[in-house]
Amino acid sequence: MAENTSVKKEILLPSERKMSRKEKRDYTLHEMKRNYMCYVMLAPFMILFLIFTVIPVVMSLPMGFTDFNMASFPKWIGFQNFYSMFLEDDVFIQSIRTTLIFAIFTGPLSYAMSFMLAWLINELHPTLKTLFTLVFYAPSMAGNIYFVWQLIFSGDQYGYLNAFLMELGFTSAAKQWLTDGNYVLGCVIVVQLWVSMGAGFLAMRAGFQGIDKSMYEAGAIEGIKSRFQELIYITIPSMGPSLMFAAVMQIVSSFTVDIVGRTLAGFPSTDYKVHTIMTHAYDYGWVRYEMGYASAVCFVLFIAMLVCNNLISKLLGKYVD
Amino acid sequence: MKKNKKNLKPSELAALQEAENAAALEALKKRREKEHKKMLKSKGSNKQVGKSWKNDVGIFLLLFFTGLFMIFPIYLAVVNSIKPVQEVFLMPPKLYAMDPTTDNFRDLFKIASDSWVPFSRNVFNSIFVTVVACVFHVLFASTAAFVLSKCKFPGNALLNQVVVIALLFNSTVLYIMQYMVMATLGMINTYSALILPIIASTMGLYLMRQSMSTIPDAMIEAAKVDGSGLLRICWGIVMPNCKPALMTIIIFEFQTAWNTNGGGLVYDEALKTIPVVVQQIAAAGMARQGAIAASAVVLMIPPLLVFVLAQRNVMETMAHAGMKD
Repeated sequence: MAENTSVKKEILLPSERKMSRKEKRDYTLHEMKRNYMCYVMLAPFMILFLIFTVIPVVMSLPMGFTDFNMASFPKWIGFQNFYSMFLEDDVFIQSIRTTLIFAIFTGPLSYAMSFMLAWLINELHPTLKTLFTLVFYAPSMAGNIYFVWQLIFSGDQYGYLNAFLMELGFTSAAKQWLTDGNYVLGCVIVVQLWVSMGAGFLAMRAGFQGIDKSMYEAGAIEGIKSRFQELIYITIPSMGPSLMFAAVMQIVSSFTVDIVGRTLAGFPSTDYKVHTIMTHAYDYGWVRYEMGYASAVCFVLFIAMLVCNNLISKLLGKYVD
Repeated sequence: MKKNKKNLKPSELAALQEAENAAALEALKKRREKEHKKMLKSKGSNKQVGKSWKNDVGIFLLLFFTGLFMIFPIYLAVVNSIKPVQEVFLMPPKLYAMDPTTDNFRDLFKIASDSWVPFSRNVFNSIFVTVVACVFHVLFASTAAFVLSKCKFPGNALLNQVVVIALLFNSTVLYIMQYMVMATLGMINTYSALILPIIASTMGLYLMRQSMSTIPDAMIEAAKVDGSGLLRICWGIVMPNCKPALMTIIIFEFQTAWNTNGGGLVYDEALKTIPVVVQQIAAAGMARQGAIAASAVVLMIPPLLVFVLAQRNVMETMAHAGMKD
């Protein structure tokens, strides 16, 4: 037995052996030298990434702990911003609720929808495939075309929705879709769904296209009986990475709902109905110039997104390497 | 039979298992033969199980109505762009143009060409920024994604984490910090202020990384044994197998670059792109309602073309079978 373990020790790779600190450093340096080509290939992207993303992110992280009004130099105030956010700011508490509503409706719902659509489209005739992909992706391609929804939800009789409902006799008077507190949240959720399906959907389409077709033949021979089994045992496991990408995109878009609500419902919206955390940050940052506070708000949101991301990657963990 | 299993002797158990295995093998053989016959009957083309025309009709209807919801607002924008002024404010609103005109488009181009610099200059800017940003993003991000997903080197795990975190980070002051960094580097009011941030965007990198991680390592090992360098493996072997993802990031990046308005990064009229000019036109308000719709339609055309081209390319490349692990 003892002999056996000693033999095992000898064939351990250097990376698996316990090493002293110096040994470790030497080993890392050696590995870095051996893999220098990796760094060379990473360099062009990573240098730009460092300049335009990493440095600005690192610089803006501490801003949440300061009092910063853009005019004078930021003053360090510790956790003051966070105290007043959770204890004194009622609108912020309400915005958390609104953000969660948006996140639930436009997150999982939109994610499931884009997956289902991508799956269904995948089995159509190639021409129909391209056509439907185009149709579902078109809203994301159209840039800021959601101003059209203003025409649809317009509060007077010129609005398409009002005109349509009155024509059919459902209502006798025009409804104030975007200013009535009862409707505005629903309307903005619909538009947000419309806007945000694109990126995840397209990534999932790419994921489906990347699946080896012979897997399905093998599955059929091995006794897979229904479409559903096919989905569970073949499709989902082979497109785990695409699912993860779409999830990240969905987290970003559903937690940072802001501009659609501000455009459609005005700012501030009726009773702060569509006032999300992002809108709150916009309010403090770009309307009141309290950048320190706005950064603190964004920081809280960032932490929430990070937690959500980790949860999802745990869930999808067995499909992603 | 299962109940008694525990009481059996090991030798008996083994014999029993063998018999069970043999039976299972026999059943499997039979099923395979049946499947094989079925496949031969359907000319071997029907690889999907559980297909029926009822399903197909249901699926088609579902897709059709969802599609209607997605496309309707865009249809409205197009219709509004060909409506003459008096029809835009008609009561009740019409879903089509009774008297379609191209006035709005003519107006748009007239306003655009009346501005400080010739409109062709803005068009050139947009095309230049979009093409350069797209090409370099695809080159740099794909190479980096290959290294991040397929190479082992010190720092790999950390960099992968950083990429995801960067995607999630979104702060109001981020923009100010970016501005400060660019100002320090003297990039404000140059093309690089428009192009470089797009090249450095992490979304494309992350998508490529995710897609490449599905490629079997054995393929890369084989190429290494054959003596290919990393760059050659990346562009000669891995990239051709990631075409769907590649086409997707081309679509994403083209769109981002095409719609970029530079914000406050560029203030020289001669450097402004089409979206900025269009915004300036739209800022004139309600009187230009038609011109706004027209501009939205015009701006949509190039991404649309790229999308269709890229999608068609994906279909063609995926016609041949994938690789085996």
